[in-house]
Amino acid sequence: MATPLRIVIAKPGLDGHDRGAKVVARALRDAGHEVIYTGLRRTPEQIVRTVIDEDAQFLGLSSLSGAHAHLFPKICKLLQESDVGHVIVFGGGIIPTADKPALFEAGIKAIFGPGTSSTQINDFISTAAAKDDAGCGAESDWHWGD
Amino acid sequence: MDIDKARAGSRLGLSQALSLVENGLAFSTEEEGQVIGITGAPGVGKSCLVDQLAQAYARNGEKVAILAVDPSSPISGGALLGDRLRMESADLDDLVYMRSVATRGETGAVPSVVADMAAVLKECGWKRIIIETVGSGQAEFRIAAVADTIILVEAPGMGDAIQSEKAGIIELVDIIVVNKSDLEGADATAANIISALSAGSKDIPVMQVSSHTGDGVTYLVQAIDEVADSGTSRAQWRERLASQWMRRMSHHPNLDSILDELESSQINIGEAILLLEVEQ
Repeated sequence: MATPLRIVIAKPGLDGHDRGAKVVARALRDAGHEVIYTGLRRTPEQIVRTVIDEDAQFLGLSSLSGAHAHLFPKICKLLQESDVGHVIVFGGGIIPTADKPALFEAGIKAIFGPGTSSTQINDFISTAAAKDDAGCGAESDWHWGD
Repeated sequence: MDIDKARAGSRLGLSQALSLVENGLAFSTEEEGQVIGITGAPGVGKSCLVDQLAQAYARNGEKVAILAVDPSSPISGGALLGDRLRMESADLDDLVYMRSVATRGETGAVPSVVADMAAVLKECGWKRIIIETVGSGQAEFRIAAVADTIILVEAPGMGDAIQSEKAGIIELVDIIVVNKSDLEGADATAANIISALSAGSKDIPVMQVSSHTGDGVTYLVQAIDEVADSGTSRAQWRERLASQWMRRMSHHPNLDSILDELESSQINIGEAILLLEVEQ
């Protein structure tokens, strides 16, 4: 069997809803990846520590509280400062279209909203894994979808 | 392997070294360390107990590393590694390193790579290493292949006194913890275990701990240091051998193609064994 990808799924901030995060974690598991779930209400620092300790290649952030515009870029910045800018970051939850450009600018490579199929997420994972400039610290402005 | 970064104290370097070993690179070390194995059935509170132990060591200023094992899917090969959920201390304290490990196609409660991962940790100055097995049953003692000290975790309400009389892991453990001591029935569970053990020759401490309140954790930390190291028993050597035997299969470069041929009836089990014995 090929070496599985290691993917951290995290819930930053004060947000108690993790059904979506668990569904995504399960879909990624079923696609053959090793998924590390952090549990609820983690700080950006805790999440970055988890990514480093687990030597993850991907980080999925879920937020339904409206704090994504603050928390997601902060996590990307911390990852870059911790020498793990190679980690590919994607997000999901309730994220207004108007907020997306700033998140892409911050280094998030995909934003998945309600109604996303697990196939779409898995397509993103395999596409991004094959690229060498998809990390949150990469210069490239490539991202998934609009 | 470039382990200098990890040796110098870089967490990222350590994580990357552990990945190389997890992916099949063999590693051993002369460095000493204590490997504490935590095993027991699913739901008895192993992860919470590990979190409490890690916090206790960190409070004493000691570094502690955790390797927490969860099962891989036998179908997809993927895994949901959820032990961090109950180990928040790991995200906060520089003295605690925590790594989730998937079983990756091996059937034991501890995959064969864990011994080598523990060696990497020792090499990098982590002298206390806690290994949490997957939730495991009575006949699962692969933890004996890697742990110096084995703690079996039990909880109230898991069965009657005869369970403690059965042969199995209970004969190899150094300490038995009755977790969830804040719940009703913990006293009776502990009494049953003590009674069953009294017929045997080995003096195994039975301790009540509550991972929820932290009660009893200090005594457990003491007991871990007081348990005499009895050396490597024949049973442990057997588990080490079985573990390495399993590794030969699970890391064999042709394993996938051999499974393909078995699945399509091109070869039988005997022929598959012969193919596995061909070293690549």
